[in-house]
Amino acid sequence: MAMPFFAPGDNPGASFLDLLRRTGVEPFAAGEVGRVNVPHATTCVALRFGSGVVMAGDRRATSGNLISHRSMEKVVEADRFSGVAIAGAAGPAMEMIKLFQLQLEHYEKVEGMMLSLEGKANQLSMLVRGNLPAAMQGMVVVPIFAGFDTATGTGRLWDYDPTGGRYEEKEYVATGSGSLHAGTVVKVGWRSDLDEDGAVRLAVKALWEAADADSATGGPDALRGIYPVTATITSNGWARVDDARLASIVEELLAEQRARNGGGQR
Amino acid sequence: MSMPFYVAPEQIMKDRADYARKGIARGRALVAIQYDAGIAIVAENPSNTLRKVSEIYDRIAFAGVGKYNEFDQLRVAGVRAADLKGYQYSRADVDARSLANQYAQILGQTFTHEMKPLEVEILVAEIGVDAAHDQLFHILYDGTVLDEKRFSVLGGDAEAIAGRLTPDLSSTPDLALAIKVANRALSGPERNLVADDLEVAVLRRNGARRAFVRLDDAEVERLLAN
Repeated sequence: MAMPFFAPGDNPGASFLDLLRRTGVEPFAAGEVGRVNVPHATTCVALRFGSGVVMAGDRRATSGNLISHRSMEKVVEADRFSGVAIAGAAGPAMEMIKLFQLQLEHYEKVEGMMLSLEGKANQLSMLVRGNLPAAMQGMVVVPIFAGFDTATGTGRLWDYDPTGGRYEEKEYVATGSGSLHAGTVVKVGWRSDLDEDGAVRLAVKALWEAADADSATGGPDALRGIYPVTATITSNGWARVDDARLASIVEELLAEQRARNGGGQR
Repeated sequence: MSMPFYVAPEQIMKDRADYARKGIARGRALVAIQYDAGIAIVAENPSNTLRKVSEIYDRIAFAGVGKYNEFDQLRVAGVRAADLKGYQYSRADVDARSLANQYAQILGQTFTHEMKPLEVEILVAEIGVDAAHDQLFHILYDGTVLDEKRFSVLGGDAEAIAGRLTPDLSSTPDLALAIKVANRALSGPERNLVADDLEVAVLRRNGARRAFVRLDDAEVERLLAN
């Protein structure tokens, strides 16, 4: 592979996507006619709290009515101060995450500074738009993006539509097949004075309720030790909530449920 | 038709080498030193924005002396080559040796075929799983690659700086000592550089994916003081 050199007026700058295209690699699937059946990844939520944001996503990927993967990581660190969560066709979604992470790091290294949070959200928009031909064939990818804005000192979040439309929300966002249930739980439980612990609990509860009502969303799996990927992003950057803490939150949720049922079995 | 004067190839090469060396000697030098937990790169650089030392990839750093626009172009090409390779193969496949060879090709090609050689010397440093696998590739303006051990000095006056460095580096230093030793060697007998005159970055062997860390002036001041 030759080292890529460009004339000054003919330079892809800090864009990794442009660089890929200039070196003959097309990152998105071409719009051929027809449909393919591919595994799908489902529900993710993100919500704001006092000092940042919480993101969480279930671990299941489905192919039609079958579970194709039980421990998928749909919520990933995009860079130190932001995260991305993805619902939709698993293959293109994972590729999009990889490209997005690379784009942010590439920009940071070439320019010598990080993109602004707004700039990162915009970059993701362009990736979603680039996937539109594949989306028309059923390989829709709908991400949510959240991060800590070091310029304003607050958490911010965005959701997207399959055409790359980008919408900033003030309280919470949800995506995927269980997003109606998960979003409703967050909507009802959200308060402006939520702390980190409350926000993490609310996110886990939202996914739990989504899994309870949507067959494509995976619930916490104590047998295999699989819990939703949950992370906080604050001024200290991205931090994954460890499984031991998630296990105890899930345990409390179960106790709450049992109490709701009057302690009896149904 | 007029014939150009004959100039012996030896003379052409010598003139070009002299030209490149003069250009490089006008700039300020930098040193890279292996310390107990990685590689420290210390450059004399009064600017806080125009960097001489930067990150190429997870475990690889780049440093350049000489003409800024020329080594910065090489730096960006290195970032691009590394990111492309990591994307198409795997992050583990990106290595300093391959980058150093590509840089050597470009510098050598420019030196022999272009009007003007690049007035730069560059360093490609990589930390390995342990100190024995650390690599320091020092590449000269004509494409010569030097695989150096323990430390590397780039820029004008390199010999004198290396001479001052060697007696202080009998064993592997810690970070504070490495920076102090580098500062002493860069300063020489007549000057005394302070944190503000230095640009310091390290490749830190601490398990993090991205090993490259810049040290700010306050941190450098603290390390120089104790």
